[in-house]
Amino acid sequence: MAYIIQGETGDWEVVIGLEVHAQVISHSKLFSGAATEFGAEPNTQVSFVDAGFPGMLPVINEVCVAQAVKTGLGLKARINLTSVFARKNYFYADLPQGYQISQFDKPIVGEGEVILDLPDGSTRTVGIERLHLEQDAGKSIHDMHPSKSFIDLNRSGVALMEIVSKPDLRSPEEAGLYLTKLRSILRYLETCDGNMQEGSMRCDANVSVRPVGSTELRTRCEIKNVNSIRYVQQAIEFEARRHIDVYETGGTISQETRLFDSIKVETRSMRSKEQAHDYRYFPDPDLLPLVIAQDFVDGIKAGLPELPDAKKTRFMAEYGLNAYDAGVLVAERISAEFFETVAKGRDAKIACNWVMGDFFAALNATGKTMENPPVSAKDLGALIDLIGDGTLSGRLAKDVFALMVETGKAPGVLVEEKGLKQVTDTGAIEAAVDAVIAANPDKVQQVKDGKTTLLGWFVGQVMKATQGKANPAMVNEMLSKKVLG
Amino acid sequence: MRTLTNLTLAEGRDKLAKGEFTAVELTAAHIGAVEARRDLNAFIVETPELALEEAKASDLRRQAGQAGAMDGLPIGIKDLFCTKGVQTTAASHILEGFKPPYDSFVSAKLKAAGAISLGKLNLDEFAMGSSNQTSYFGAVENPWKRISDPKAKLVPGGSSGGSAAAVAARMVMAATGTDTGGSIRQPAAFCGITGIKPTYGRCSRWGIVAFASSLDQAGPMARTVRDCAIMLGSMAGFDPKDSTSVNMAVPDFEAALTGDIRGLKIGIPKEYRPVGLSDEVAKVWDQGIEWLRAAGATPVEITLPHTKYALATYYIIAPAECSSNLARYDGLRFGQRVAGKTLDEMYAKTRAAGFGAEVRRRILIGTYVLSAGYYDAYYAKAQKVRRLIAEDFRKAFETVDVILTPTAPTAAFGQGEGTDDPVTMWLNDIFTIPTSMAGLPGLSLPAGLSADGLPLGLQLIGRPFDEETVFKVAGVMETAANFTARPPQHPPCGCGPKGECV
Amino acid sequence: MSLDKATVRNIANLARIEIRDEDLDHLAGELSNIMTFVEQLSEVNTDGIEPMTSVAAMTLPLRKDVITDGGQPEAVLLNAPEAEDGFFTVPKVVE
Repeated sequence: MAYIIQGETGDWEVVIGLEVHAQVISHSKLFSGAATEFGAEPNTQVSFVDAGFPGMLPVINEVCVAQAVKTGLGLKARINLTSVFARKNYFYADLPQGYQISQFDKPIVGEGEVILDLPDGSTRTVGIERLHLEQDAGKSIHDMHPSKSFIDLNRSGVALMEIVSKPDLRSPEEAGLYLTKLRSILRYLETCDGNMQEGSMRCDANVSVRPVGSTELRTRCEIKNVNSIRYVQQAIEFEARRHIDVYETGGTISQETRLFDSIKVETRSMRSKEQAHDYRYFPDPDLLPLVIAQDFVDGIKAGLPELPDAKKTRFMAEYGLNAYDAGVLVAERISAEFFETVAKGRDAKIACNWVMGDFFAALNATGKTMENPPVSAKDLGALIDLIGDGTLSGRLAKDVFALMVETGKAPGVLVEEKGLKQVTDTGAIEAAVDAVIAANPDKVQQVKDGKTTLLGWFVGQVMKATQGKANPAMVNEMLSKKVLG
Repeated sequence: MRTLTNLTLAEGRDKLAKGEFTAVELTAAHIGAVEARRDLNAFIVETPELALEEAKASDLRRQAGQAGAMDGLPIGIKDLFCTKGVQTTAASHILEGFKPPYDSFVSAKLKAAGAISLGKLNLDEFAMGSSNQTSYFGAVENPWKRISDPKAKLVPGGSSGGSAAAVAARMVMAATGTDTGGSIRQPAAFCGITGIKPTYGRCSRWGIVAFASSLDQAGPMARTVRDCAIMLGSMAGFDPKDSTSVNMAVPDFEAALTGDIRGLKIGIPKEYRPVGLSDEVAKVWDQGIEWLRAAGATPVEITLPHTKYALATYYIIAPAECSSNLARYDGLRFGQRVAGKTLDEMYAKTRAAGFGAEVRRRILIGTYVLSAGYYDAYYAKAQKVRRLIAEDFRKAFETVDVILTPTAPTAAFGQGEGTDDPVTMWLNDIFTIPTSMAGLPGLSLPAGLSADGLPLGLQLIGRPFDEETVFKVAGVMETAANFTARPPQHPPCGCGPKGECV
Repeated sequence: MSLDKATVRNIANLARIEIRDEDLDHLAGELSNIMTFVEQLSEVNTDGIEPMTSVAAMTLPLRKDVITDGGQPEAVLLNAPEAEDGFFTVPKVVE
């Protein structure tokens, strides 16, 4: 799936590295005891530490440290038992201390990997450069006043994990798959909710291009704070094209920070950030080096959930699912659990077909979520059981499923209420078969003469006569016997 | 009145306990002294009404048998400590009008021990200076006078110059100071009082306006060693809100004053006799060595080979940290703002108008040494040399128990003298800075007078968290020095019938 | 080490401190003197020495993840030179 951009002078490829800022799930902030909940009234979740008041000092939240370690383990990364917090110095209205406490040359997590699931069922490994902990800034609101910006510090100091990929991505599609997979891992780990609309997962994309076949790394531009996977892809596409156009007209790309305009679908230079970046990193003297024990890491490791890659492999081996189905089912922990509940003690293929087919269709159609699904896993399992024990035919089961979505009732209850129970009484089926045979002697003759495909027509007539309730297998068997003798 | 303001903390404590006078009487006497010596400009904010209210409450606590360790004792608070509802400025225009909604950990502890604050004491702006001439609220004057030129106004040292002057002039019984490179010890020496910078981590930095976080440390300034021991006991202690605060029990420092130093080894660093050290200072130092020898201790010559680099190291690390620590003064959430058309213009104008020359200079140096391409050559290099300085002390303390040095190379100098070149001014701190770099406890006590009648101090340096040995040796030296000189009372205190001093 | 005027202007800009043109020369001189003074550190052999990151021989204490602070917008905004509708306000930032 090589992604090649044709230019005037030849073919180009794009080199992409992503920096994801993932908000850590914790009750309180990284260095203060203020709450982290989204959507509160302005400046109500602010301690004097978050507001950078004189003499205020940071004290680190142990859960945020544990969450970073857990995420590192989930990315199969090296955990650094000693890491150092550094100050990144710059002035901005929503950065109260005048510096962001981050990690620079000694991050808590080192190199790891994310495995992309490509649409053809194959996989590709993308390197993780590092993961570090840092504080979020506050929020500047520019549209509340004609000449003023408004500053809300609720988000100031909330813990973020900055997860930096290696420049291993080669197309907007891969970038999308990477973000999807990373989000899935974070959600499995419960270290970040992955909600891009609320800003709890934001992405900066570093983009450069080079002629196909070249291994050089050309000047990259950083597109800041893109808040949906689709926008990331659009931004990369635009930016790559822009670079190629500049190079092909003899220009040069200068390293800069750019902004993605989702309405015009273009990137543009951020003038306010054009001043030379010089963050003057140095170890934060208010904080000592963070030293964690191997036991602490081992304890977190022991409690790790099964992650999407392992689960996918297991689903394929244990349930005989294909890579695609397994990949879809494991994308969210909750759907994987749903599937496993349905499949437990039942035919996994049938369970998979139901979940992937009717169930996901109903989920989409109703707009419900996995947390509050249109049909519970228990009920879906019971429905499959009713097919297995012959109570329902496949066709009837689909009707029952539709009723389950509509009413929320259990399949057994619906079968009783509507009298949908499949007829397995030999006498009743025989009577219906006999009646159809008696009414169609010419067609019986045609079957006997060898036109066996007509048997299907007989089955249909019997099913019609029994309002679909007759057991199709029994009908088939009886018809063959009676017509063909 | 005079008798009350001449009391030490220990005497005041014991006499309050005996009921010889009330906290209200003691406080009122000191409020009078504060008013009488406004000429020294030691206070930025006086809080007499609050103080009297607290004194009343103190007397009630005492009646109820609930008096704390410093109950009813009037003190001053350096205006670097945030005080709830009382303006806190760090002697900077940029913080003028700032009323913190919180008390610093240390000032809150003192309040909880019953100490009564008479107000906020002047200092060098953001504690940057060695002469208290960089305060936006004006220079502080040293109450001591040269015999040769009694009219000359002398500096009290800095940065805790207001604290030192107020304690020396009997306006308060004791005061809080902070010390980054000598800011407790050097003004204590200049004003003839005692002050200790405890081990880094002993007192919480929470709520103290930060200058250089890896060096800043609060400590007491008082007129005796015992008073410093009493007050440090009420300031020190673990604070979970300061990640560099050490979780260790606070010893009974006063109990360390046994008077017995027999067998202790006293380190005398040979590097502390630089060219240009005044003869008088050298003489007092030699005298100090003899006092300790006479009391049964053994002086031992030691070497601290990286001493000469301490000043340069300090003037990279402290400005670097301050350039970052002072970034929060941006006119946005507190303090002064100068309007600008854009955000950046607002910042630049606010900070140009809000900070004085010395602070601006240090911010610029700090910004430069941290900037791209220079970090390794300056900041990283300085932190390596700092480790070597700390190592020097560690090795020395393998053989000695405490180190004795002069506190400052000269006695107090005149206002306006030697201010042209910042580097020359910094030389005041050559004996105190190495201790700060290593985070060790250092105490300065008055050991004698110069020929011109000015106090000279000696410094005792201890092992990390061994303030007790420092106090013990200091107590012996204090007895031997018998420093009873006092600064003249100018203007007249008003005690006698014709305004003459008793 | 000598700092030229352009360098001083650049660091003053990084530090957001306005400097008047007429003060630049003097300031560049002062800062150059200071840098010359600290230059002496280059003569110290620091091969193999780790930079000191903290004075105290201890590691970073961790705090429990509990909400203990916040819920005081009035106190947070009390000292603000300018505030409106519960927000701090600044000259409009255009991006």
